[in-house]
Amino acid sequence: MINLGYTIWIPLLPFLMFLLLGLAGHKLKHKLSGLLGTGGLAIITVLSYITAYKYFFTSEKIDGAYQKITAFNITWLQFTDKLHIDLGVLLDPISVMMLIVITTVSFMVHIYSLGYMKGEKGFERYFAFLSLFSFSMLGLVLATNIFQMYIFWELVGVSSYLLIGFYYQKPSAVSASKKAFIVTRFADLGFLIGILLLSFNTKTFDFITLTDPTGTAIAQGSGIVFMGLSVMTWSMIFVFMGGIGKSAMFPFHIWLPDAMEGPTPVSALIHAATMVVAGVYLIARMFPIYTFSAPVALEVVAYVGAFSSLFAAIIACTQTDIKRVLAYSTISQIGYMLLALGVSGYGGYEGLGYMASMFHLFAHAMFKALLFLGAGAIIHAVHSNYMTDMGGLRKYLPVTHMTFLIACLTIAGIPPLSGFFSKDEILAAALHSNKLLFAVEYAVAGLTAFYMFRIYFSIFWGKETQYHETPHEAPPTMTIPLIVLAIGSALSGLIPFNELVTSDGKAFESEIELLVAIPSVLIGLLGIGIAYVMYRKETTIPEKLAATFKYSYKWAYNKFYMDELYLFVTKKIIFKHISEPVAWFDRHIVDGTMNAIAYVTQSVSFRIRGLQSGQLQKYAYVFFTGAILLAILFIYLWK
Amino acid sequence: MSLGTFLELRQELLLIAAALLVLIAEIFSDADKKRNTGLLSIILLGIVTIAGFFPAPSGQLFGGMYLTTNVRLLMKNILNIGALLVFIQSVTWLKKEEHCEKASEYFLLLISTLIGMDFMISAGHFIMFYIGLELATIPIAALAAFDRYKNKSAEAGIKLILSSSLSSGILLYGLSLIYGTTGSLYFSEISALFANNNIQILGFIFFFTGMAFKISIVPFHLWTADVYEGSPVNITSYLSVISKGAAIFTLIIILFTVFPVIIGTWQKTIYVTSVLTMTIGNLFAIRQQNLKRFLAFSSISQAGYILLGFMSGNQMGMAAVIYYVLIYIFSNLGAFGVVTAISNATGKENMDDYNGLYHTNPKLSLIMMLSLFSLAGIPPVAGFFGKFFLFTVAAQQGYYLLVLIAVLNTIIALYYYLLVVKAMFINKSETPVEYFRSDFPTRFALGICIAGIVVTGFASIIFEVIRNLSFVI
Repeated sequence: MINLGYTIWIPLLPFLMFLLLGLAGHKLKHKLSGLLGTGGLAIITVLSYITAYKYFFTSEKIDGAYQKITAFNITWLQFTDKLHIDLGVLLDPISVMMLIVITTVSFMVHIYSLGYMKGEKGFERYFAFLSLFSFSMLGLVLATNIFQMYIFWELVGVSSYLLIGFYYQKPSAVSASKKAFIVTRFADLGFLIGILLLSFNTKTFDFITLTDPTGTAIAQGSGIVFMGLSVMTWSMIFVFMGGIGKSAMFPFHIWLPDAMEGPTPVSALIHAATMVVAGVYLIARMFPIYTFSAPVALEVVAYVGAFSSLFAAIIACTQTDIKRVLAYSTISQIGYMLLALGVSGYGGYEGLGYMASMFHLFAHAMFKALLFLGAGAIIHAVHSNYMTDMGGLRKYLPVTHMTFLIACLTIAGIPPLSGFFSKDEILAAALHSNKLLFAVEYAVAGLTAFYMFRIYFSIFWGKETQYHETPHEAPPTMTIPLIVLAIGSALSGLIPFNELVTSDGKAFESEIELLVAIPSVLIGLLGIGIAYVMYRKETTIPEKLAATFKYSYKWAYNKFYMDELYLFVTKKIIFKHISEPVAWFDRHIVDGTMNAIAYVTQSVSFRIRGLQSGQLQKYAYVFFTGAILLAILFIYLWK
Repeated sequence: MSLGTFLELRQELLLIAAALLVLIAEIFSDADKKRNTGLLSIILLGIVTIAGFFPAPSGQLFGGMYLTTNVRLLMKNILNIGALLVFIQSVTWLKKEEHCEKASEYFLLLISTLIGMDFMISAGHFIMFYIGLELATIPIAALAAFDRYKNKSAEAGIKLILSSSLSSGILLYGLSLIYGTTGSLYFSEISALFANNNIQILGFIFFFTGMAFKISIVPFHLWTADVYEGSPVNITSYLSVISKGAAIFTLIIILFTVFPVIIGTWQKTIYVTSVLTMTIGNLFAIRQQNLKRFLAFSSISQAGYILLGFMSGNQMGMAAVIYYVLIYIFSNLGAFGVVTAISNATGKENMDDYNGLYHTNPKLSLIMMLSLFSLAGIPPVAGFFGKFFLFTVAAQQGYYLLVLIAVLNTIIALYYYLLVVKAMFINKSETPVEYFRSDFPTRFALGICIAGIVVTGFASIIFEVIRNLSFVI
């Protein structure tokens, strides 16, 4: 057994930074508080890499499988002997992988923010919130039990809320942060119900006990059937509801595009690389339960993922705000990951989808963070989010241009970049289990290449825009993270995920399937080609196309009117027919009762003031009377 | 006496030594150096407090008149911590010209009460218990009258000594009934001989009223308001926190070890009195404008909640009570600390004077807010966890109605605690309390209180330790 107790410092250090910067930040110089936050992250990044090395290469495998290690554990609240809530650190392949993802991206975002946020009001507040987020996210992935995960799940929600609303003077940012919080909170209600159902049936919160494929917990509750599905299936569907909310899957996706109101590095960290994949991580964490006792729930996961990925890809083709395109692209890519989990089996080659999903999560974190940071550099240069205001930027922003191109090629699945490998494996897994889902994902692969190169060509090529001031390349604090992430996205395809991160912890053989790889590269190239024709130079093709498919274009441009639908349902139906009567009841019946209680309390309080007369003889009288009354009561009346 | 005896009596002996040292320092120091005895007392009590955390043997002395176990030691430690905080908070006030002459007197008397409390907690015989009880009370009466040229303070002293002699009379009457029917005053023998007949129950109830007086349980609480208001603030906080805590500890030990036979009776007694205490305490607190009186009445209702933990008669209840008293010490001393600081700096004690305090003294306001939140039981501060465990204990025994009443009372309490918070943060004032910077002792004590409020709630290990120690009373 190797000693990994120090891993507790990985989440704790950002928390201490949060306290320091939050409480004393306003007294520190801006630069110092930024450097403190970044320094803290640097330390835990190193610690995470050491942990990953130790875990993957020196920890003891049993029967060829990586073991789940509880590196640290304390009992936080002990209700009864059996029922207790622990806080701890659980290390297994996926949590260690997430450590790498979170610390790497977070560290890069910290460095980048030093340049991007320079001179902003609330600089130290920003870094305090970033530290809070890092703490919460790390606590989430390292959770030893589902309740701890839920606590940190809410904490990441809070930090996301705080960061989206960072520019709190902007009304749009405030409403976006509220929207994100409320929508995800609503989904978390489902998550909580799922947790309660699950733990009621299995009598445990602990992940190791819950997900042991040979254990007893996993077989519980499958006998009780409600509306044709076992209780276990219901609870896992409810748990997945939390994942839908956090990962912005259909129909809870509406908060993510608005969340782009936050500072761009925040979008890169929270709304692209880490927090939004929490839903995927959740399913992966509970995967044995899904696959063994709730296969129907797993199918739900697959279809929700597939639908969201297609839906978001279509919308992404029509948006003009580059951050929104990236947001929809994130939804689409997370859909991929969920689909891969949904079609996966357990153990060996059967678990290809699981491995592919984790692989894609890793690769996606790198290239999507890169895309967002690149977008941040572009926005920084031209002071606009809209690609209609951009064009021909390749001359002004050479580093951003090259790294952005690498990211676009990666997401389009062009070999030998990482996206190619991970996407290929997802498609292979889908092909082996469900032809329909494969077809959907295959189409999405083409769409992805198209919309990514649509923005690439519009930004860096296209028309020559006249700028008020000549755009200039970002400072090194911003370009270095771009370069690092570009290297990461290009090379992470070489990591042998099939040996490291698998459903049962054992390595298995997987090869590139040419039958899948060649068509997928071809459709990617086709998407790029169409984008090239349409956007390489200023042409009228896009307008003509939009005019031809007027209605469908309008639908997609308005995001299929999902926001309007939500508004209609909430305002016209829920508020009017449910909330108003409830409000009436509250105002008149509940408040009335409360006012009556308050009135009675006040008047009784007024009446009994005579007791407190200040006269000692009266006190003695009351004292004796009380003693005698108690004696009479307990000797004669109520013995 | 062997070394083992010394170790078992360690806390009491150390306190006696401390008292003697303070006395000697008082006698041999010059008039202008007498204020240094304050520092000496704090250091001595600090040493005693730290020494208390070293493990000590359990056992009995003097033929069973004195008992010591780990949980009793823990109770003494908790009281020491609280007393130490009061000592530190008193420093500023004692520096005033009219008090500094009497500083050593002040500390000497407080240390004596601590000795009394320790003997009370460790008693294994009713005479030992009674001596401890009086030793813990009589010096306090002198301290209540510390400002002897102020009418109110003198009145407080007189009222305390008169009403406590009354309660002692009834308590002794109860004890004599118990002695008469069982023929013994040893705890172990009484518990074996107790037979649930009417005379014995009468004896028990008279004993209970005597203790109820110390804890200021309704209807035996009437002395509280006048004494709390008249005494110097630090004595009020000492009375409402340390004295009350000691009496609660003693009562729970005696109920659990001496009267287990009549558990049904004392559960009913506590049921009735705790409902009365919570409700009446709240109803009085709601009308108070003077913050000292306000905290005094709120501390009455707090005692009512604590009584819920007695209902179980098992170690869970014991643990919940000890845990709550610990939190209560931090929270109430935090609140009293702020009141003391403001009273020392400006002489203002009314709620209206606190209007707009946040704008002039944000830190004090935040400390006050946290303390009040903890008293009210708002998560995530410690008070919430304390109340949570107390209510759980009562609910586990099936007293749902009692828990419901307690919860309703916490709502009323929340209302008046929030009144103070509202005054500080929302109300505007033409003449707010001016900004002032408290001196080091005040800030130090408040810092410990706040750390206690936060840490005790979050570090579950504290409750675990208390729970594990509570097995052997």
